[in-house]
Amino acid sequence: MTTANRPVDEQFYQLLRRLQELDFVLVELNLYLDTHPHDAQAIEQYNQTAQQRWEVAQEFESRYGPLMNFGHSYSDYPWQWKEAPWPWQV
Amino acid sequence: MWIYEKKLQYPVRVSKCDPRMAKFLIEQYGGADGELSAALRYLNQRYTIPDKVVGLLNDIGTEEFAHLEMIATMVYKLTKDATPEQLEEAGLGAHYANHDKALFYNNAAGVPWTAAYIAAKGDPIADLYEDIAAEEKARATYQWLIDMTDDPDLQDSLKFLREREIVHSLRFREAVEILKEEQGRKKFF
Repeated sequence: MTTANRPVDEQFYQLLRRLQELDFVLVELNLYLDTHPHDAQAIEQYNQTAQQRWEVAQEFESRYGPLMNFGHSYSDYPWQWKEAPWPWQV
Repeated sequence: MWIYEKKLQYPVRVSKCDPRMAKFLIEQYGGADGELSAALRYLNQRYTIPDKVVGLLNDIGTEEFAHLEMIATMVYKLTKDATPEQLEEAGLGAHYANHDKALFYNNAAGVPWTAAYIAAKGDPIADLYEDIAAEEKARATYQWLIDMTDDPDLQDSLKFLREREIVHSLRFREAVEILKEEQGRKKFF
């Protein structure tokens, strides 16, 4: 729960970086698994990382507002999604 | 269906206003081997490629849109503080006359993007070889772009994109092997 999007601070960049790191692992494993669908260890790593990713995304959103549109993130009042900063502005 | 996520795939920072470099980077925005071409090429081929590799084309095509957004961010940040005079000096006078500082899907020479950049042969091997070639051409372009700037922040983001081309090329090569294996099997049964 937030009352408004907090301004971008040092922690914004740290959490964003953490999310980008986890998402990098997930994209890499995803593409790898698309051509190696029977690698059970990779699937386990994918699922574990997805869980970690969810937790970091929750923390990010609680501080800086929704990461995703169309019902994939919750919004506080007033509608937070349309608020800056957009990715190319930070 | 696609859902937007309000973040870049990898950070994009620039250490200076540099419209000259922005003009060259546009090659990867609206050029033949750029990210728009890549995204549209793979997502379009999905419909007629064998099921075994649809997922790969779907996912790489989706990642290309994240790369397109990174290139756009670079161009935006490199030009946002430039004066019309600076844009003209950088060879962007004609661009400014038509678009102000708006981005446009054209290549470094100002030629507008065209669907002719995208191949869709319907033959899975032909299409995947096309995709491997596209990734290698994009990798080469990223190397030239890295060589053309002394901005360490910009180089960092460009190196990330260069590495992604290498991984995509590798995955497409594996997709070719998967299809060859399947083709081989069918001959015996």
